[in-house]
Amino acid sequence: METKAFQKIYTKITRITKATCSLRATGVGNEELATVDGKLAQVVKIQGDEVTLQVFSGTEGIPTNAEVVFLKKSPTLKVGEQLAGRFFNSFGEPIDGGPVVEGEEREIGGPSVNPVRRKQPSELIATGIAGIDLNNTLVSGQKIPFFADPDQPFNQVMATVALRAQTDKIILGGMGLTNDDYLYFKNTFSNAGALNRIISFVNTTEDPPVERLLIPDMVLTAAEYFAVDKNERVLVLLTDMTSYADALSIVSNRMDQIPSKDSMPGSLYSDLAKIYEKAVQFPEGGSITIIAVTTLSGGDITHSIPDNTGYITEGQLFLRRDSDIGKVIVDPFRSLSRLKQLVIGKKTREDHPQVMNAAVRLYADAANAKTKLENGFDLTDYDERALAYAKDYAEHLMAIDVNLNTDQMLDVAWDLFGKHFTSTEVNIRQDLVDKYWRK
Amino acid sequence: MSTKGIVKGIISNLVTVEADGPVMQNEIAYIQLGDTKLMSEVLKITGNHAFVQVFESTRGLQVGDKVEFTGHMLEVTLGPGLLSKNYDGLQNDLNKLTGIFLNRGEYNFPLDKKTLWHFVPLASPGDVVEAGSWLGQVEENHQPHKIMVPFAFEGTYTVKSVAKEGEYTIMDTIAVVTDADGKDIKLNMIQKWPVKKAINIHSEKPRPFKLLETGVRIIDTVNPIVEGGTGFIPGPFGTGKTVLQHAISRQAEADIVVIAACGERANEVVEIFVEFPRLDDPHTGRKLMERTIIIANTSNMPVASREASVYTAMTISEYYRAMGLRVLMMADSTSRWAQALREMSNRMEELPGQDAFPMDLSAIIANFYSRAGYVYLKNGETGSITFIGTVSPAGGNLKEPVTEGTKKAARCFYALEQSRADHKRYPAVNPIDSYSKYIEYPEFESYISEVISPQWTSLVNDMKTILQRGKEVNEQINILGDDGVPVDYHVTFWKSEVIDFTILQQDAFDKVDAVTSLERQHYMLNLVMDICNADFEFAGFVDVMDYFKRVINVLKQMNYSAFQSPEFNAYETDLKNILAEKTI
Repeated sequence: METKAFQKIYTKITRITKATCSLRATGVGNEELATVDGKLAQVVKIQGDEVTLQVFSGTEGIPTNAEVVFLKKSPTLKVGEQLAGRFFNSFGEPIDGGPVVEGEEREIGGPSVNPVRRKQPSELIATGIAGIDLNNTLVSGQKIPFFADPDQPFNQVMATVALRAQTDKIILGGMGLTNDDYLYFKNTFSNAGALNRIISFVNTTEDPPVERLLIPDMVLTAAEYFAVDKNERVLVLLTDMTSYADALSIVSNRMDQIPSKDSMPGSLYSDLAKIYEKAVQFPEGGSITIIAVTTLSGGDITHSIPDNTGYITEGQLFLRRDSDIGKVIVDPFRSLSRLKQLVIGKKTREDHPQVMNAAVRLYADAANAKTKLENGFDLTDYDERALAYAKDYAEHLMAIDVNLNTDQMLDVAWDLFGKHFTSTEVNIRQDLVDKYWRK
Repeated sequence: MSTKGIVKGIISNLVTVEADGPVMQNEIAYIQLGDTKLMSEVLKITGNHAFVQVFESTRGLQVGDKVEFTGHMLEVTLGPGLLSKNYDGLQNDLNKLTGIFLNRGEYNFPLDKKTLWHFVPLASPGDVVEAGSWLGQVEENHQPHKIMVPFAFEGTYTVKSVAKEGEYTIMDTIAVVTDADGKDIKLNMIQKWPVKKAINIHSEKPRPFKLLETGVRIIDTVNPIVEGGTGFIPGPFGTGKTVLQHAISRQAEADIVVIAACGERANEVVEIFVEFPRLDDPHTGRKLMERTIIIANTSNMPVASREASVYTAMTISEYYRAMGLRVLMMADSTSRWAQALREMSNRMEELPGQDAFPMDLSAIIANFYSRAGYVYLKNGETGSITFIGTVSPAGGNLKEPVTEGTKKAARCFYALEQSRADHKRYPAVNPIDSYSKYIEYPEFESYISEVISPQWTSLVNDMKTILQRGKEVNEQINILGDDGVPVDYHVTFWKSEVIDFTILQQDAFDKVDAVTSLERQHYMLNLVMDICNADFEFAGFVDVMDYFKRVINVLKQMNYSAFQSPEFNAYETDLKNILAEKTI
């Protein structure tokens, strides 16, 4: 950040807290950027001539006579085709040793899309994973998180989905990513030969936490450039949104705001919605699809972060280790894709909706049978068959290592119905049974 | 001269303004930021400082920026041409806004000034009129749209002249009235009204009693809502709140539907934009969009106008009610509105109540729900606003302030339940915890015995008893084991399952099953209750399950077939044969 001749330099800070500092200054705009002792900061409060700045990397070592320079702009990103294949930090500065990107400078965190200018999402995103394509079909323009405990392989599944999906750009936003996970993504994408369509903005656990608040806006500004200006299909990966929300609570706490549930700021819902609602399908063909990760603590989805997320996103995906087959599966009970209704049975085969529901219902019967078994009760013949079915269903359909197209998945499901049940037990519309039941 | 001011402080969208004259609580002020004006509302006044909430982003705003107070509160413009419009929370016509993105400071006039309306006078010179009196009517999307004496008028007026039948724009004078002092006032087709004030121009507000048909069995049959009634749908995410709400707004027998999409997903609003112009109103055969007004303030749109959006929707509903129409208003979700109140109250450093919500939250909710209702207008006609709100309880916990506050105000409670949703038993309304207070109204009972049957209420009661009994028995079976209870217990449980699968569960995405006429609901309930009242004989519990699964399967096939079609009748014959096997 070079200092321009006409810029006024302030050198008298009146108050310093862990994350903010205040000084007397005039002609300052709300949300304007400044540097404090060379560190980037943003205006968060103006009261008369007292201006409060939030210093992204923390206020350690800032003296009261530090130089403060206002930059006359809010945070921006330079956008252009050159972004492709590059790695950046929270401020949009390259971290891969490459040159600074030249291009049009855009304010991040810009306005929302007018809802009447959106198109209803209708393009299926095929991943080959039956737990997703069969039960929780993804659609372009959708926003959906993985709700997962930290020990689950969500980053792997997310990388698989990203690489299998038909998209023009993949933009990764890493917030509080461990260095190991950062390298995992980098290697996976480069091994797949996909680096040229990937852009990454990364804040690792080594960086100050407050900096990561800029990541989603950086990522989405880049995404909007490709989706709006270039009509491209953009897939955005955000991991981990829990780290982002934690950073929000740190800031709100230091700003003396009254915390609501789980010490989160009262504005958590709106803060998260502003990010997730950037997912959009444009009539001209461009789209932004967001797949995020929200890590849970001990699977608790009533915590404020997953709870608010669930109300914003269009469904959620749960991973679970299935003890019958010893593999990770996409949990058919708790996972949900709200937009699947727009494509299943329309872009996929007609029997898709009913087969999907019947398969899950029968899997639920198996869960009931398992409870009976655990309580030491005798099982009926139906219970035994349901249990056998559940094992097959997990192994051949729900496991995350499955890679089939949807027609194949439906065929497998009919095979399993025929193997374990009679046609009246599956509760499917008669005309579909007549057509697809395995004789 | 209007009051002016300058910006003194900014925290997020709360701005302190030093005013040079009188300021009114809730007054609208515009803040000049470069070439654009940002709309804001006064929330608090201390001395000559007004605290205003800005309805847009305050990025770039500086101390010293100029402010202009307007002298009025947040208002909506009422007149012909509201129907089929998509508005934001401040009544800007979204279709008129240019560009892909919502640029701040862009406001527009909500109606069309050039459209010609065919006006037919209803009043004559010499008539004595008051606020809300009908002067004439125009046809708006095949509905009679009454042109009324502005609601803000106090006392009585004498009609001096009314325009002749013909084509007029909303700006043309259609009547002249004379006030008590002999002053003539020209009236056109539009009027303004502050959204936070209820429009009270009716003569009486009786207890509502007329069933509002929604085509959703778990509502109409089990816990009915009435014209002018209030209801709410709380539920954790993923339990189908929005699907249920959309089904009601598509199918309900109302003249006008006002949908306030308040702080929810944009794609859900887009779904309405796409489907409503295409789908037919099941009652009139016209397109659904013709009777619908959408107020969209989705979750990424400015938080401050979220609160405004529900009031805007309610005021428009009241306007149509005053024309003697049946209005259905839906708000999804009232929790987001409460959260917007919380954010503001927090920034104003008010002492927080439970979960940091403002202390007067439940009073605000109760006051809002009270604006719905069935009314007798002063000319003897009736009109109604049926209001259904959804609530998104944090963590699915129904003991949180918004749910509790709403429970006190709304008369119908449709509790969506996670476990029913997990088992794909949609709509996931818990039949036992949910209630409709209207069932207890004698007015409702006499109405229902006339339109359906005198036995209806007791039949529904019997059904609920079986559901309750089925639930208890199921718990016992789970504790004692299948063979630890008499075979009868299994029969009771499976009878409740027959009700669950046939009456309660309904496929909102199936063409036939999605909407069930009252006649069909009556027919199916009789059929199912005949099964439940029959005695069966079984050798063991395994037979019970197998047998009832067959019964359920046939009943489901009936639900998927057009009412009294050949397939439907064939399945019914199948059912009779199955029943004949085991009944005694």
